Amino acid sequence: MPRVLLIEDDPSVREGVELGLRRRGHEVTATATGEEGLAALPEFRPDLVLLDLMLPGVNGVEVCRRIREAGQLPIIMLTARGDDFDIVIGLEAGADDYIVKPARTEVIEARIRAVLRRIEEPGAGRPTVERHGDLALDRSGLTVTKCGQELALAPSELKLLLYLSAAPEQVFSRQQLLEQVWEHGYHGDARLVDACVRRLRNKIEDVPGSPRYIQTLRGFGYRFGPL
Amino acid sequence: MVFAFLLVAAVTAGSTATLTYREARNSVLQASQDLAVSSFREVVSESAYDLPPGPDDLKGRLEGFARRGKPRHWHVFAEYGTTVRESSGTSPVSTVITDELRRQAADRPTGSFQRVVKNGVPYLVIAMPMVLRMGLLDTGLDTGMVLYAVVPLEEEGAQVDALVTAARNGAVPGLAIALIPALLAARSVLRPVRELRRAALSMGSGRLDTRIAVRGGDELSDLARTFNDTAAELERSVTGLREAEARARRFASDVSHELRTPLAGMLAVTELLDEDAATAGLDPDTARAVRLISTETEKLAVLVEDLMEISRFDARAAELNTDEVDVAETIRRTLAIRHWTGRVGTELPDGIRARLDPRRFDVVMANLVGNALRHGGDPVTVTLRRGTADDGSPLLVAEVTDGGPGIRPEVLPYVFDRFFKADQARTRSAGSGLGLAITSENVALHGGTIRAANAPGGRGAVFTVALPLDGGPRGRAPEEET
Repeated sequence: MPRVLLIEDDPSVREGVELGLRRRGHEVTATATGEEGLAALPEFRPDLVLLDLMLPGVNGVEVCRRIREAGQLPIIMLTARGDDFDIVIGLEAGADDYIVKPARTEVIEARIRAVLRRIEEPGAGRPTVERHGDLALDRSGLTVTKCGQELALAPSELKLLLYLSAAPEQVFSRQQLLEQVWEHGYHGDARLVDACVRRLRNKIEDVPGSPRYIQTLRGFGYRFGPL
Repeated sequence: MVFAFLLVAAVTAGSTATLTYREARNSVLQASQDLAVSSFREVVSESAYDLPPGPDDLKGRLEGFARRGKPRHWHVFAEYGTTVRESSGTSPVSTVITDELRRQAADRPTGSFQRVVKNGVPYLVIAMPMVLRMGLLDTGLDTGMVLYAVVPLEEEGAQVDALVTAARNGAVPGLAIALIPALLAARSVLRPVRELRRAALSMGSGRLDTRIAVRGGDELSDLARTFNDTAAELERSVTGLREAEARARRFASDVSHELRTPLAGMLAVTELLDEDAATAGLDPDTARAVRLISTETEKLAVLVEDLMEISRFDARAAELNTDEVDVAETIRRTLAIRHWTGRVGTELPDGIRARLDPRRFDVVMANLVGNALRHGGDPVTVTLRRGTADDGSPLLVAEVTDGGPGIRPEVLPYVFDRFFKADQARTRSAGSGLGLAITSENVALHGGTIRAANAPGGRGAVFTVALPLDGGPRGRAPEEET
């Protein structure tokens, strides 16, 4: 069962979500501030962080950035306000997904599982390391290198890249990507895809402004290549 | 306005000229006439002491009369019954002496006269019966002879013509001169009126801070002042109303935001409650209470979510995130996710692609189909077809029909209102009462329309959604390259 670090300042939400997840068998550590949450990371070593955006002191967006600097821990934002603005900022800061409060535990757990799920490994007969231009994708080791340098990709970025590159030159609509990569049923928010593509381009493209690997087909969606 | 002023000036000048002309003409003619009549009377009465002239020297006598004519020489004619005709001129009979005058002349010893116009020339004809006065008795004896003096009035005519010319010559420049003050006056009245009109139009178009420059102290400036005061008053009340409305909206938005946090805590534990109510061997009443809390918490969560959504529409913060989709596929998914596929009949032709916000479109279709299933009755059918807007642009038309009793005509106009319940006594259903309001807002955000009606024959309600295929005015492609 995944170990979840919950960072949430409101006691009732903190307690409610903690209770709900415990009941479903998760190990949960809950903290009330971003600082406490960051301090708890090395010792608790969670599989995933549930992070409230509106925190006193160090806010959620900042916590998100610091976690991203340190590694590839999956982050799901809890947003109390359906404010589109906050969501976009959180996504830009590197969050993999978000949940709008109030949410049933069932929903929270489904998101947690989706973020942690690995993209399908290639079948037999395919090389585990694929080369696309300067990129080398290791599908079983789940690493991406560019010119020999390993790239630090967030889980959602890695999954998106592996999914797109598994079918080079095929165009996927944002809706398809939400369903396949984020497992977002049907109420997906296309901004998740857009924000993730932007972050991914900043890491893998030579010139993020004129992308080579992740290309946009206006009106249709995204595709990998052609290189 | 200017025309009216000119008309007034023209009428004034014209009538003045006409009256002047008439007065002058009358006095000119009257003067000549009086002079002629009195002098003729004098001449004739002087001759009354003479013996009645014989026929041979009658002509000489008449010529003598004619020479004494005033204001100018007369033509004098003498008539005695029908036998004697004599004149001072060449023709013994005048053509201008009318029978009417002949009749009058016999009755009036003091004489009578008549104005006659012949061949365009006015003549004054004076008739005087000759009276013979006898010695000292001085009694008049009618001789039966009548003397006629014919006076041509050409000169007077010429004078009158001169008057007409003078009147015309006076009136036309007068009119021309009147034109300038008329124009000035009209402008001074019209300009404020035009300004007033402009200001009223500008206020009508929502610029409530419109004011007019007040000049001078006449009635028009009073009007301008009144307009300004009214405008200021209107602006004050409208601003007040808008602020009140904004406050009310902010309040709704703040309340729903504030409710989310406690709800988030409650909603996270509802599952746990349900589970324990079912299995933990609680006291039956406690179990029921626990289930009640769980159920109502979920309803409350839906209501708050809908309130938030409405607040976003009100604050114009609702965004359209469009994608190009196959509409039939989209609707099929909406039904499948909610496990309605088996309960709803569909006519969904493939190949209608549209740019729309899939999440919002899903909310629209789910709301309409959900309502049809809940409040309508089987069979519920969803149909999709192409349509054309008034301006010729292509539309997608999605229709949800049900086989229920339909919507009462008197409530049809209100079905999209917030918290509207078709049946006031109806208990709360699963919905928040905001479903259709949100649906119509979502449709409007796409630049589309939604209509509620009853199927012909009064069988069931029909909801028709029409959306532009290109995502409407706010359609947006996936992220733009920079």
